[in-house]
Amino acid sequence: MKSDFDLGNIDLPNRSHEKNGESQVIVTTITDLLNWAKKSSLWPLGFGLACCAIEMMATNAGHYDLDRFGVFPRGSPRQADVMIVSGTVTFKMADRIKRLFEQMAEPRYVISMGSCSNCGGPYWEHGYHVVKGVDRIIPVDVYVPGCPPRPEALIGGILKLQEKIVGEKLYPELDGLLNLGRK
Amino acid sequence: MTQIEISDLLKQKVHVDAVVPESDAAQAWIELQPDYLLACADVLRSDPALYFDHLACLSGVDLPEQNKIVIVLHLYSYPFEHKVVIKYFTERKTPPLLLNNQIDKTQFPIFPSVSGIWKTAIWHEREAFDLFGIWFENHPDLRRILLPPDWEGFPLRKDYTLAEKYHDIQIEY
Repeated sequence: MKSDFDLGNIDLPNRSHEKNGESQVIVTTITDLLNWAKKSSLWPLGFGLACCAIEMMATNAGHYDLDRFGVFPRGSPRQADVMIVSGTVTFKMADRIKRLFEQMAEPRYVISMGSCSNCGGPYWEHGYHVVKGVDRIIPVDVYVPGCPPRPEALIGGILKLQEKIVGEKLYPELDGLLNLGRK
Repeated sequence: MTQIEISDLLKQKVHVDAVVPESDAAQAWIELQPDYLLACADVLRSDPALYFDHLACLSGVDLPEQNKIVIVLHLYSYPFEHKVVIKYFTERKTPPLLLNNQIDKTQFPIFPSVSGIWKTAIWHEREAFDLFGIWFENHPDLRRILLPPDWEGFPLRKDYTLAEKYHDIQIEY
């Protein structure tokens, strides 16, 4: 009886070692391992406030997929690693942003997406109700310029954040202590 | 119906003083006396010749050089498909900056509220109160709608100056 899984004449790689329980060994440092884990599964609290939220939704969707980077939007700040502030930040919203940022557990990062959250955007001159940049409320790690930034720009911003995470040290306060004279 | 026919109908049905003889303007509008406002609004809404059932917009205007505050209504009628612009004026007063629990109505420019006739006016009048400091009599829920509730001042007035900070965040760029 012909099986459904009959693949014909194909050369499959020899992976018998995986079934034996013998596995390949990777040697790394704890810092690199933790940073790799952190950067590969950044779960954002998608904080869509205004027009930039549409671009963020487009980036999450099928055409410019964010899920391939491990980016998976979460609804609660308690479960999120990064907060993407996308849109105009008003003074009425400022208190809530501060509270949500304080509710996120460390390690936490902030991406400021678009002109309005970078510097107040088009409302910089006459906007009495707009906070001129979300960095007046919370510390920002990556700024993505644009009005709104294209999905490629947002993906670039997330990659920049990943580069920043890769450069982080596990115990920066012990930096000089354990140097042991090595360069 | 044209604007002249509507104003004649209002003069006839409500009171002869209800409509102020209008000045020449590029877009025709009907100016009403605020004392007859509710009666006129009732006629506009329910008269079978007019039937303005849709309040498209209610907005405030600040005219400091004429010392007046204006409310502009844009009304549209779905059955008859005609529209009209209504304005009513009052004297401009300067309300206090901070709205605490004890609000003194006499320091605000006061209009009667048309929210009993057109329900959309509820939010539009809240916006006029929020941004201009206009008080509406018999409004069911008059409080700030766009700005934070402890904001000082009424920004769309011509003499509005920005405060320094709000909740320790600098306002200016």
